[in-house]
Amino acid sequence: MIIKGVAIEDTFAEAFGMRATRLIVTADTPEWAETAGRSLTGFATSVIACGCEAAIERRLAPQETPDGRPGITILIFAINSKELQKQLQLRVGQCVLTTVGSACFSGLEAAEQLKLGGQLRYFGDGFQIAKKIGERRYWRIPVMDGEFLCEDQVGMTRGVGGGNFLIIGRNTLTVRKAAERAIAAMSKIPNVIMPFPGGVARSGSKIGSKYKGLPASTNDAYCPTLKAETATKLPAEAGSVLEFVIDGLTADDISAAMRAGIAAACDAEAAGDVLQITAGNYGGKVGQFKFHLRELMA
Amino acid sequence: MSGYTLTVTRPPRQRLDLSPLLPEHLSGMTAEDLAALPLACGNRQLRVDEVFEIASTDGEALVIRNQGARLDFLGSGMTGGELVLEGDAGAYAGLAMSGGKLTIRGQAGPFAGAAMQGGILEIAGNAGDWLGGGLPGERRGMTGGLILLRGDAGRRAADRQRRGVILIEGNAGDFLGARMVAGTTIVLGETVGRYPGFAMKRGTLLLRHATGQMLPGFADAGRQELGFLRLLNRFLAPHSPKYAADAPHFTALRRFVGDAAAGGKGEILAAGD
Repeated sequence: MIIKGVAIEDTFAEAFGMRATRLIVTADTPEWAETAGRSLTGFATSVIACGCEAAIERRLAPQETPDGRPGITILIFAINSKELQKQLQLRVGQCVLTTVGSACFSGLEAAEQLKLGGQLRYFGDGFQIAKKIGERRYWRIPVMDGEFLCEDQVGMTRGVGGGNFLIIGRNTLTVRKAAERAIAAMSKIPNVIMPFPGGVARSGSKIGSKYKGLPASTNDAYCPTLKAETATKLPAEAGSVLEFVIDGLTADDISAAMRAGIAAACDAEAAGDVLQITAGNYGGKVGQFKFHLRELMA
Repeated sequence: MSGYTLTVTRPPRQRLDLSPLLPEHLSGMTAEDLAALPLACGNRQLRVDEVFEIASTDGEALVIRNQGARLDFLGSGMTGGELVLEGDAGAYAGLAMSGGKLTIRGQAGPFAGAAMQGGILEIAGNAGDWLGGGLPGERRGMTGGLILLRGDAGRRAADRQRRGVILIEGNAGDFLGARMVAGTTIVLGETVGRYPGFAMKRGTLLLRHATGQMLPGFADAGRQELGFLRLLNRFLAPHSPKYAADAPHFTALRRFVGDAAAGGKGEILAAGD
């Protein structure tokens, strides 16, 4: 399959079941909401070492948020509900509670719930106040600029983590440009995040290493500088590769994002410079979800 | 289900207990069964058709039209559906109701919404004492739901309130929110009686105008901007145009904390000058 001169390899991305939640963080200004979100989602690129994968999903206008202030939504993914609970508490406690004028709400209606305010309330040292408004329960936790308002519980769902694809191109500039187009397109898709910096990973990894105890190491088959010394999977003219990792609330959301991202990477600007789109997998035996590139783009 | 309209045609001399007339009990009941339903009246029982004229309607709601009768326990224990009273209610309207909507297009007597657990109770006129309070001897008043009172409340509204929201668009009498444990009660009217928040442990009294005669157990914590009011404003605005119009005043509220005689974690939030 060739789209606008770019070869779509006959392979698939392999993804895994994860637990996911969505938060709504609001503040007095869009900038402060964004600051809280950046802080919370910092060091959350991969579950390999960060405990969770998290990113800002989108910006919310005041009329879209529970308290009528500007806000953002954040998606957080972890390997199980216990880890997700731990990460949620730590990150909201250290990054949102601490942000000027912030408030934090559940952004997901789901049968299963994680504790949020119900845990963070202890910071109030007995001065915290529970407020049930309608069917929802909130905590008012006194802080030095007033009160931190935080929903008691947030919804949790079974999401999908590890959807991915790789852009292989002639040089770093053209591949980076293609990656930026792909990220811009995928950012418009709801219910997904690309947790790596700027949405892109340059250090794709393989499982294992020559060094004992290292669970992952550089994906040498896709490193252009190693073409002459490893079993490379790159064409001779390839000079740069970037990877996208996509976590979504459902497999369909990931499909939609991959479709949009690949289409944007392969547009007219890419002609001649982007060589190939491929994806990472583990032979199809580990993950529950498979995203075949050619089926997606058919 | 089709609804019924019950019109009082022969008001009894004694008070009538309407607690069997709940919309959820009437679904699937024939007009004959309804007519034969016994209602306690003083020390006797009356059939529904001895007091009311029964008419079927297309709507879902149970509508009761009252003139001259003293109808107690209207919607008492109600769990769902819609019940409308056109006219005045006696005591204990919406007692311990846990769901549905009860509308009184007239005045309500004492203990309206007492021990309420859920649902919506709307009263177009005034309410007697103990609105949303607890029954005598009970440790808890209202524990959930929403009371919308368009008129004035008597004394001891929100007594021992534990949860839920009471919105009083008019004035409130003495001892508003006495012994309150939690929950939110709002008074939009010009006046509040003596000693609001008497012995309150926790909970919120939000007052649009005067604070009434304050107890010495309340201390002024200054003017505060409180984020939860934005949520409350959004929640109440669809239910009350008057609240929606007053909501812009609920910024920088004066916060009084008390009652120190009972733990002192309650608050009176005052929007007035």
